Amino acid sequence: MSFQPSGRVVVTGLGAVTPLGLSVDEFWPRMLAGESGIGSVTLMDTTEYPTKIAAEVKDFDASVYVDKKEARRIDRFMAFAVAASQMALDDANFPMDDEDLKYEVGCLIGSGIGGLNTMTEQTQKLWREGPDRVSPFLVPYMIPDMASGYTSIRYGFKGPNTCVVTACATGVHSIGDAYHIIKRGDAIAMIAGGTEASINPIGMAGFCAARAMTTKNEAGATASRPFDATRDGFILGEGAGVLVLEDYEFAKARGAKIYGEVIGYGMSGDAHHITMPAPNGDGAYRSMLKCLKSGGLTPKDIDYVNAHGTSTPYNDKFETMAIKRAFGEEAHSTPVSSTKSSIGHCLGAAGAIESVICLLAMRDQIMPPTINYSTPDPECDLDYVPNEARKAQIDVAMTNSFGFGGHNGTLAFRRITE
Amino acid sequence: MSATVFERVRKVTCEELGVTETEVEMDKSFQEDLGADSLDVVELVMALEEEFGVEIPDDDVANMKTVGDAVTYIESKN
Repeated sequence: MSFQPSGRVVVTGLGAVTPLGLSVDEFWPRMLAGESGIGSVTLMDTTEYPTKIAAEVKDFDASVYVDKKEARRIDRFMAFAVAASQMALDDANFPMDDEDLKYEVGCLIGSGIGGLNTMTEQTQKLWREGPDRVSPFLVPYMIPDMASGYTSIRYGFKGPNTCVVTACATGVHSIGDAYHIIKRGDAIAMIAGGTEASINPIGMAGFCAARAMTTKNEAGATASRPFDATRDGFILGEGAGVLVLEDYEFAKARGAKIYGEVIGYGMSGDAHHITMPAPNGDGAYRSMLKCLKSGGLTPKDIDYVNAHGTSTPYNDKFETMAIKRAFGEEAHSTPVSSTKSSIGHCLGAAGAIESVICLLAMRDQIMPPTINYSTPDPECDLDYVPNEARKAQIDVAMTNSFGFGGHNGTLAFRRITE
Repeated sequence: MSATVFERVRKVTCEELGVTETEVEMDKSFQEDLGADSLDVVELVMALEEEFGVEIPDDDVANMKTVGDAVTYIESKN
């Protein structure tokens, strides 16, 4: 297929599986209404765990998207990815019958952890029953790249097929890297995002041991309170977010509906600590700065920031400092909200779901709130869009993600109105 | 009356390969007729080993192409 890349990349389809609903149409109004998807864990027994609450995806049925045999055995993180991809492709009205085009369409759906459910089940089998009882599907369903691999097989997309694994920055890096792939002409379209399903005994134990999660179980739905003085840890979430990204001219020529353009992408490394963010949010600051620079943007251009805002004491304090440093005098007049307040921290899916949220915010000209905000923290003094969604003109939205390992990523999207 | 070896093989095959009972006939090939790939066959054999409490070495699996092959093999072991 001969094609001249335009160097511009747009978003034409959105798909999401979240703790507030199994589709974009289901979760978005609930998020705007200030609902919480957080509650008691049902996927596992939490008797011996200090944290007993999470943001689970409820009533998800993989057999809606794949046949019964596959639905029964693929890992939950793969099933979420396929579901979100199907929704995004449907939303984009993508030309699935064009077999030549499929050579120019790629998949980049990352996962922070991969098939932890499969890994856990099969490890139990190994210890209890021996190595010859371990499933031949352990390896393929455990490796994080299988979300991309499985999706590419399912739809026959034969372009770049790859995976990003950068902990909680995975979703942003996946979309950003897919954007670069299209921009440089290596694909006409990419199915890009992140997926995660690690609310299980080993996932919960690991995050409990790292002392990263809240133990305020009695707070239930209100336990995730980013930027609030009483925040004390994140809530583990799960789900997937997927965007259909396309070359701008290609999308225009086929008459696609365009949510917005990817206009900026910045990355940085903390080079500080395996789990703690760099003091003063230095890495976060440089990530935002690079994003602004790559898009030829100034802080004044940014109408809304979807923060990483995990509800941990350190992240929210340092991210606030980083925004102040990156935005200068614009910091206090730029609304910043954390939707992790309502859907928890979906790890490798977070940045992808939050990108979906940025595009919806621009489409509907409304910012989702930071819910559960009641006690101001002197160290977190920005406009966090507390508790209620806010109508505003949003032409450019930015989203941050920062991951264990000091991986930082920032994306900026611009509404296309013509 | 207890289930026959064929009925039990059919049940395991349906569970593992996601096919219906009517599709599972003695002369049907797991890979060519019932849609199994090489990984499915490994998992199917593991399930049969559990169902019948037998061990099926890889060399024997190589000769187990059809439902009938599996039934005959398992009957010979019991």
